[in-house]
Amino acid sequence: MNAVGGIAGTLGRRRVPLGLRFLLISIVSASLMLLDHREEHLSRIRQAFSILVYPIQVAVDLPFTGLRWAARVLSDQTALLEENARLKSERLDVNVRLQRLEALGAENNRLRAMLDSSARVSDRVLVVEILAVDLAPYRQRFTINRGLNDDVYVGQALLDASGVVGQIAHVDLFTSEAVLISDPDHALPVAVNRNGLRTIVVGTGDSSRLRLPYLTNSADIEPGDLLVSSGLGGVFPSGYPVGRVLEVHRQPGQPFAQVIAEPAAQLDRDREVLLVWTAEDAADGYGSTNAVETP
Amino acid sequence: MMREGGGRRHLLLVSLVLALALAIVPLPTALAPYRPAWVPLVLIFWALMAPERVGLLTAFAMGLALDTLSGALLGQHALAMVTVVYLSIRFHLLIRVFPVWQLSTIVFLLLAIYEFALFWIDGVVGRSVPIIERWAPVVSGALVWPLVLGYLASVRHDTQTRI
Repeated sequence: MNAVGGIAGTLGRRRVPLGLRFLLISIVSASLMLLDHREEHLSRIRQAFSILVYPIQVAVDLPFTGLRWAARVLSDQTALLEENARLKSERLDVNVRLQRLEALGAENNRLRAMLDSSARVSDRVLVVEILAVDLAPYRQRFTINRGLNDDVYVGQALLDASGVVGQIAHVDLFTSEAVLISDPDHALPVAVNRNGLRTIVVGTGDSSRLRLPYLTNSADIEPGDLLVSSGLGGVFPSGYPVGRVLEVHRQPGQPFAQVIAEPAAQLDRDREVLLVWTAEDAADGYGSTNAVETP
Repeated sequence: MMREGGGRRHLLLVSLVLALALAIVPLPTALAPYRPAWVPLVLIFWALMAPERVGLLTAFAMGLALDTLSGALLGQHALAMVTVVYLSIRFHLLIRVFPVWQLSTIVFLLLAIYEFALFWIDGVVGRSVPIIERWAPVVSGALVWPLVLGYLASVRHDTQTRI
């Protein structure tokens, strides 16, 4: 910790004129940016820095984790009983659906074997926690508490209980930075669940809105349509819900319709998300039964 | 003499780490765009009051830390920070005798330069940012400057006798 002061103390003396030092450090910063912008040249350096600032992130997150812990410990018995009853009924419901799903999965694999395409292998998932750490407010990004140590990789998909959340942008040793699907720089290949129409969903910067800018006026899409990931980008596993279409504006004279969707995942309310390791064999992309037409 | 220097260095480090923590503490969504730029504020304070302690390299290191924390381009905050601290050190004799409100105006200008550097680099790289969320920290930073000044100056007076 004394290093910063030490460096400033020894090198900071007036041996080199201030203006010249300013120039030199500016050139170093500019070349760092140039290298960093050309992708991944600096990932090692970034990882080293991230270890240095990790204690700060943990310290900032700590009170929030502590508060949640306290809330859990102090919650009263009736609330717990209520929650228990609710969870039990939910589990029953999910189990019933799972029985059908397993049969359907087996049937699907059998059919795919007959069609001579590779079977869908189930994805491995891991529950990760979002650190209570704010990044720039205008960028739809967050930090999670897993990194290189847990085999997280750039481009890995993140889901929550109800849909696709985003993907990993940077991986550091103990933490990673994820981009939400609502980030303006994020695009995601999807299919309309009803008819298999393929298109791309783009973020808006607002965590409750998504845009579908590449649909023509004649495209068959209606409010209420479910959008699922199509797996065509090779990043997201196919068949997970992405959002639901809210509005479709068709303007004659404009080549494209204006389509707005609402994300399925609770982008701004999640504390825990699922990291997905897609099985390599599913890389041919066409996965879910009715999301896209089979080749 | 040694103890005074030690106390001062201690305070410097604590204030810098605290500024980094404040820069990433979660705020309610409505308030988040108005988060003051704590790190440049604290660095400007030290650059004005103790330019022999806080050099351009400290500013560079803090900028890199902020880049890593916020996932920005490596060197983006560093360049902006070094520019602002350079100006502060260059003109510290002139600026630090100003009364508080005049000092706030200068800090406003310095923060505007800081944000403009970030904005400009974002533009070159092709990241777009809404206008209000880019410039709000400049105003809020100038508004909290008297607090930073008052607090750090009073703590500093506890650890040493003269400015």
